[in-house]
Amino acid sequence: MKIDVQNLNAWFKDNHALRGVTLAVPQNSVLAIIGPSGCGKSTFVRCLNRMHELVPGSRQTGRVLVDGQDLHARGVDPVDLRRRVGMVFQRPNPFPTMSIAENVAAGLRLNGIPGNHDDLVEQSLRKAALWDEVKDRLHHGATSLSGGQQQRLCIARSLAVGPEVLLMDEPASALDPIATAKIEELIRELREQLTIVIVTHNMQQAARVSDATAFFYMGELVEHGPTEQIFTNPRESRTEDYVTGKFG
Amino acid sequence: MAIKKHTDKTYDLELDDLRHKLIQLGGKVESEIAHSVRALTERDSDLAKQVLAADREVNRLEISVDETCRRLLALRQPAASDLRLITTALKIVVDLERMGDLAVNIAERALDLNQSPPLPPVHDLTKLAQLCQDQLRAALDAFVDGDVGKAEAVIKADLLLDALYHKLFNDLLSLMMEDPRNIRRANNLLFVAKHLERLGDHATNVAEMVVYMVRGTDVRHPNSREMLPKPA
Repeated sequence: MKIDVQNLNAWFKDNHALRGVTLAVPQNSVLAIIGPSGCGKSTFVRCLNRMHELVPGSRQTGRVLVDGQDLHARGVDPVDLRRRVGMVFQRPNPFPTMSIAENVAAGLRLNGIPGNHDDLVEQSLRKAALWDEVKDRLHHGATSLSGGQQQRLCIARSLAVGPEVLLMDEPASALDPIATAKIEELIRELREQLTIVIVTHNMQQAARVSDATAFFYMGELVEHGPTEQIFTNPRESRTEDYVTGKFG
Repeated sequence: MAIKKHTDKTYDLELDDLRHKLIQLGGKVESEIAHSVRALTERDSDLAKQVLAADREVNRLEISVDETCRRLLALRQPAASDLRLITTALKIVVDLERMGDLAVNIAERALDLNQSPPLPPVHDLTKLAQLCQDQLRAALDAFVDGDVGKAEAVIKADLLLDALYHKLFNDLLSLMMEDPRNIRRANNLLFVAKHLERLGDHATNVAEMVVYMVRGTDVRHPNSREMLPKPA
């Protein structure tokens, strides 16, 4: 198992946001997290690269292991961890004052990796399926790109530092259908090299891109299983109600 | 089945409409089968002609069910039990329409038979016809109630129907051998028996889909399962 979560509980002050979540993600697979707003989806992924603890007043118990190593073990450097477990957010967030190429190389610079990054920039942009669209304007500002391109640029930036896991929090919710399809195709390609956990409100998107799906409700993991089963024959009635649109 | 309503109420109305159309089609097919059998047993050629005419309504309902399913698939992206209801509808509508055609075939045989004097009564044929109608009724009830037990009973009872058909086959063959003048009529009855046996198979198909619709498990062709490729 690439990621192994054991009895994970998380709080924001008094708000018990995650309640005893246990689940595992195999290497080179895509896990989709679905559930209504406030169910703990984002908190869950933020625990996977120790971003949850950056929130003042937050707290967590239980264990998260990546490659068998406890993320809170002595000697684990959170910055190094976030290089191995990258994250892409809902809104594309390229550095606005940097060029396309500088954006991709930014992570390398921050990690203090010296030298000429041109090859790695090209490689990362290719992996993010953006190279052909930007190769002639690498030194233009990142904000000159469309929203979908900016999102793929952010994925390229994450890929440049060589992550093993990519966390994606609603990566396509601000994009049009074509840009969304490109991201989804990219997820399937990246799965060959990475392990991916994607949070999405779009259930068809979860159904299309993931191998396994986990349904969260009010901080609890209600059901976790092969995506096909979750969408054709879920075991739990709460999952059934959610995927068929009978909630609230 | 599910008492819980969709957040979008019009989705519930659309699914109810689909169920309603299927039940309507099932009821129509049921009555056409009953009429075709009566046209035969009571030598009522007018009734047989009514069955031939009624097939247009069966066909119209089939098209209407298909359209409803297509619209739901395209516009609603159904999941879980909704998806299973719609895929079930798409499958059983074919069985029901085909059953309507078989009723027409029986009515056609009745028209031919009614022009000659009757053969000595073949009791098992009435029994087979009754069994067939019971099977369809039970399969449709199973669909309406989402009742797996009822559906499984239909699947089991198909054996009885098959056994009765084979017995009839031999009886009719004997009639033909006794007197060559029986051949045309006995042959017509043999076709009727075959149609009834096929009707039973379609009722079984409906029952199998009801099990899928309710439980999500595919109970068809248990012996062919291991030949299926494992999903990637």
